[in-house]
Amino acid sequence: MAKRLGLRSLALGYLLVVLLAPLAMVFYRTFQNGLEPVWQALSDPNTVHAFEVTLLATAVAVPLNTVFGILCALAIVRRRFRGKGLLNAFIDLPLAVSPVVVGLSLYLLYGRTGWFGGWLSEHGIQVLFAFPAIVLATIFVSVPFVAREVIPTLRELGNEQEQAAATLGATRWQRFWRITLPSIRWAVIYGVVLTTARCLGEYGAVAVVSGRIEGKTETATLRVEDYLLNFNQAGAYAVAVVLAVISVLVLVVMTLTKPKEEAF
Amino acid sequence: MPIAALLWESKQNGAHSFWEVVSSPEAVAALKLTFGAALVVVVINAILGTVTAWVLVRDNFRGKSLVNAVIDLPFALPTIVAGLTLLALYGPRSPVGINVAFTRTAIVLALCFVTLPFVIRTVQPVLLELDVEMEEAARSLGARGTTVFRRIVLPNLLPGILSGAVLALARALGEIGSIVLISGNLPYRTEVASVFVLNRIESGDSVGAAAVAMVLLVAAFVLLLAIGVLRFYVTRHERG
Repeated sequence: MAKRLGLRSLALGYLLVVLLAPLAMVFYRTFQNGLEPVWQALSDPNTVHAFEVTLLATAVAVPLNTVFGILCALAIVRRRFRGKGLLNAFIDLPLAVSPVVVGLSLYLLYGRTGWFGGWLSEHGIQVLFAFPAIVLATIFVSVPFVAREVIPTLRELGNEQEQAAATLGATRWQRFWRITLPSIRWAVIYGVVLTTARCLGEYGAVAVVSGRIEGKTETATLRVEDYLLNFNQAGAYAVAVVLAVISVLVLVVMTLTKPKEEAF
Repeated sequence: MPIAALLWESKQNGAHSFWEVVSSPEAVAALKLTFGAALVVVVINAILGTVTAWVLVRDNFRGKSLVNAVIDLPFALPTIVAGLTLLALYGPRSPVGINVAFTRTAIVLALCFVTLPFVIRTVQPVLLELDVEMEEAARSLGARGTTVFRRIVLPNLLPGILSGAVLALARALGEIGSIVLISGNLPYRTEVASVFVLNRIESGDSVGAAAVAMVLLVAAFVLLLAIGVLRFYVTRHERG
């Protein structure tokens, strides 16, 4: 019994020191001077714009990655083709590689001397240090989540039901909408939630490619750093708390939609 | 495509300049720090993560499901916010009197935070499926607690612990958001590889950035390969 209590306090103590205490502290620091400075920081036009940029990039990246993720999962589980193993390994790459490296590779591709950079600037399109680069970086880092969640569910599902539907004359489209999608919907939702969280919180890749122009290409996470470097702690904490509240909400949705076999 | 461009850029500049950058004292210091800190953190989280997973599966106490939900917080929280939260508690104006800001301890702390869920989440499902009867049988045959753990529980958990640890290692090597605020980014002392790359890009030295990025990229590939091998081993093991 004593050993059990010891392990319990070790585990909970670790969580407290590393996870919960710091988070509580940020909330305390934010509101210790009342709501006035918080409101001031959040209503700053540059902050509002930073949140708009983040939300817009997320709104573009999430649907794209959802569709792509489902297609990839279907291809990996159901089809046989050359390079399948490669695709399966490559889809995880954004999870393993540093976001800064992702940012750098986009920078090299779309920068002035990059592969596409010359052509794009001739046609008057600016990608790097503008909104398109932020979207690209956000898409890149959040690619794997939907596919990763859907693949195991699809594997367990098998395709008997679909075959049955096919023998009854259902078209491929009908089979997907009526049978496959409803069975994988919780995995998809869970993947979408993870994708959204990642998009909203992306820092490393965006820091490289966005150029951090205040009020133009600054995202919410960059805004936090910007405030802190300018010794506006209240501002940094205010923006951070908004992001933290969003992620706590994400966490709640995650817990509710977690695929059944993992829940307990 | 973008990854190909990165490979191209570092190749174009030749192996010679690649070595020149990577072996420069600042880059060596950054890479050493990154790999060293990541390894320390992975060991910490492999041990404490396994303990936490055990507590979550085998123990019972009030608020357990809440604790279980909180584990995923580092996945949901933007890393820059994670860095700021650590700075608030363990920074210059710390209410508990611990100030680790701008030290290597801060880097380890930040990495512990962001890689916390990996081992727990890979060990938990294995532990859930593990039969208690096996342990009871061992105990009835006279094995002591430590023996049961070493001979029966640990071998079953090992693939889970390892794959969680590899994921955590990959994440720790590339981490930037949570470190950037609390480490101070002092060259030679607290500058990790990702920050080194970022600084080089911002000062217009894309050759230097690409060289160190290559090292990180290769490390990521190797770890992905390791995960693939582990996955293969585990599925083969399951089929018997």
